[in-house]
Amino acid sequence: MDQITQLESLGIHILREAYANFRNMCMLWSIGKDSTVLLWLARKAFYGHVPFPLVHIDTHYKIPEMIEYRDSLTREWKLPMVYGENIKALEAKQTFPDGNVDRITCCRLLKAEALKHTLNGDWTRYRFNHEADEYQVDKDTEAYTGVIVGVRSDEEGSRSKERYFSPRDTENSWDVGDQPPEFWNQFKTDFAPGTHVRIHPLLDWTETNIWEYIEREKIPTVSLYYDQGSGKRYRSLGCGPCTQSVDSTAKNVPEIIEELKSGKFANIAERSGRAQDKEDGGGLETLRREGYM
Amino acid sequence: MTENMNVVITGHVDHGKSTVIGRLMADTGSLPDGKLEQVKASCARNSKPFEYAFLLDALKDEQSQGITIDSARVFFKTQKRNYIIIDAPGHIEFLKNMVTGAARAEAAFLCIDADEGVQENSRRHGYLLSMLGIKQMCVLVNKMDLVNYDRKVYKQVVRKFSRFLRNINMNDVTFIPVSGMEGDNIASLSKNMSWWKGDTVLTLIDKFRKEKAPDHMNFRMPVQDVYKFTAMGDSRRIVAGTISSGTLKDGDELFFYPSGKKSRVSGIENFTGESPDEVSAGMATGFTMTEQIYVKRGNLVAREGEKQPQVGNVMRVNLFWLGREPFVKDKEYILKTGTERVRMRLFDTVKVIDASNLNSDGMKKMVERHDVAECVLTTQRPIAFDIVEDFPETSRFVIVDGYEIAGGGIIREAIRDNQAEYRDKVMDRNLKWDTGNISRAERSDSYGHTPALILVGGPEDIRKADFAKKLEQHLFNQGRKVYYLGVQNVLAGLDADMTVKRHHLYPEDRDEMIRRLAELSNLLMDVGIILVATVSELTFDDREAFRMSVAPIDVQTIWVGSTEGSDVTADYTIPDAAEADSHLVSVLNLLKECGVCK
Repeated sequence: MDQITQLESLGIHILREAYANFRNMCMLWSIGKDSTVLLWLARKAFYGHVPFPLVHIDTHYKIPEMIEYRDSLTREWKLPMVYGENIKALEAKQTFPDGNVDRITCCRLLKAEALKHTLNGDWTRYRFNHEADEYQVDKDTEAYTGVIVGVRSDEEGSRSKERYFSPRDTENSWDVGDQPPEFWNQFKTDFAPGTHVRIHPLLDWTETNIWEYIEREKIPTVSLYYDQGSGKRYRSLGCGPCTQSVDSTAKNVPEIIEELKSGKFANIAERSGRAQDKEDGGGLETLRREGYM
Repeated sequence: MTENMNVVITGHVDHGKSTVIGRLMADTGSLPDGKLEQVKASCARNSKPFEYAFLLDALKDEQSQGITIDSARVFFKTQKRNYIIIDAPGHIEFLKNMVTGAARAEAAFLCIDADEGVQENSRRHGYLLSMLGIKQMCVLVNKMDLVNYDRKVYKQVVRKFSRFLRNINMNDVTFIPVSGMEGDNIASLSKNMSWWKGDTVLTLIDKFRKEKAPDHMNFRMPVQDVYKFTAMGDSRRIVAGTISSGTLKDGDELFFYPSGKKSRVSGIENFTGESPDEVSAGMATGFTMTEQIYVKRGNLVAREGEKQPQVGNVMRVNLFWLGREPFVKDKEYILKTGTERVRMRLFDTVKVIDASNLNSDGMKKMVERHDVAECVLTTQRPIAFDIVEDFPETSRFVIVDGYEIAGGGIIREAIRDNQAEYRDKVMDRNLKWDTGNISRAERSDSYGHTPALILVGGPEDIRKADFAKKLEQHLFNQGRKVYYLGVQNVLAGLDADMTVKRHHLYPEDRDEMIRRLAELSNLLMDVGIILVATVSELTFDDREAFRMSVAPIDVQTIWVGSTEGSDVTADYTIPDAAEADSHLVSVLNLLKECGVCK
């Protein structure tokens, strides 16, 4: 069995374990390549069905193509799509682009806070109604106790310490020093009331593996990853104001793989275009301990 | 495509694991551009000397304490392979993290400080690696610079540790003298140790053999789930799981344990593209069946004509304990093996070993944190499993204490128990079972509910039957296909060849009576109805017989009257038989919760 098939099988195995053990579960879809691979794995694991909601945290500063792509795949694949937002911070203009807070605080408000309250159901969720072809207020306000996330251990230091099944307490915080043991494909699936669990099926994948899999499976990805003629493309996607494109003429998936393996990006970290990482001395650790992905 | 391999690096705290990896990364140019400079600059800013270990210890906690808390993963490439090097913590407090890291590896490095020599965790890690199933190990005798690169010191460590490894059957082991701090024998041969002509860490890592997936072995697949997603017109019923050994193809005859029921693969399912003809060990897959038998998560699938798994509820095991609370008798735990999950107890400790020196204590009656032990476990109902010599993958288990995974181990032997004889009969019956053209699933769809067995037990008392009849009436009024079965109906008929007066039954006659009743129940389960049966003085063994007979259907037990002298833990107890009627609603709710009256 080749490496990609091995990674795919473990990913599917983890998704099925999660589905068997947690009833109130959702999957985070950031629209980026990793969580789109995760979505693809879910469709493979459950034979074309996605038996839990896909949740997107909309900061309203995402690059517009990302939202267009999200909604077109939602329609095409009949996805159970839900989004949440921090409407208070947005209305009060407590954001970095508005010039009122720094980048880290902006991330905390628009992503970590919005995520926390969308997951526990006390802020409004919007669900795509396929018959009406629009987002409507989601009547389901029950907390999600299992959250599937597409983080990879090669992204930055703190993510390399993650478990496949990683418990979070009621405040969403992560105790790095005291994590459950995990061996022989046996995961922690017993939880005290009030806790929830993050599930990480892509932990062992590298950025190159992701692109190799996208190529093999012909997974549709958002156009921002490819050079459209300007000599620039995005390597990692986030909010417009804090995500820089990189100089690259890679126009398709094979060219990206080539660039990662032997070309100009072979030794440059993927998130080097993300400004918020640099403001946090411990990588993303401060944010992640508080619930950031 | 290039090969991929996970290698773990372990060893006693401060014996220099992180330094060795940091050095290996730096000396082979494997770090992202600027990373080395960035860490060096950060050290200079904080006025502390640069250490290669800082490259890995990316977390703030770890830098301030200078020890590895969790297993960090590092990606490393040679011409031959892509490696994930797992840096496992050496501190005893973090043994569960070390186990987590090591269990993902195919080979291991173990660091021993040449100056300090073999320490407690050198031995403990060696023992755990062996139990986790890691066969190849390379011992790095580190910090050779501190002992003046003295060959004699190196030889002494090799001698002492080799003896220990032989004792625990770890035979595929090599040794290398290194210094992570100075870079000796890491990426290139050291000028300081001209006496060493062997491998460097870099050349040795490529010599680890790639473990082959166990395709050549007999087929095993723990059932993860049975999917029937009806959206978008999908009518498939797919048995899903990851193959732990062997291969599977269209048309294979399969047995599902612990029930031993049989069906045939009608197709291997795939979401994209063509369905594969054959799938093999390690693959996440799913298949449809020609006969719709009742299969559920936790079942173990084997193929006809191959070695079949063990079925039982008593087993001898080797285990290691990580829990804060010791592993004791008279306490209930959860055992997880494959996808099975069952309540269990510690029946006996054969011997408890202090893993750090391998001294065993045959008298110790509990297993404490970080101990390794040989024990006998009992599970609440029979489960399917393998023994480690036959199938390592499906012999592995973990034990959950409260909400935490507190131990893990391997099953060495299945021990025959009270029910073994009857279980063999049930399995034989299941192998020979001839099903009509209507499957259980079709019956359930048509009746609007799944079959269920409700046993009403208690002391001899007419009110037990009254209660069971009322329960029947209520379920019937709700539109269920339900039937009340009183034990005397059977005694006077099916059991007419036996002594009919129950009080004069010999014990073996009673066993036979229960067997017949259980068989009759199984037939009625196949009919698809809800059966409410009364059994006076129902015992634990009786109920096990029913469970085994109707498996995988769950048995619900309602107890009416005094529980004195009873060894059954009922799902619902009505202590005062006179008040039975007032409990009817609660019992109906309980049944609903258990999924009996969906």
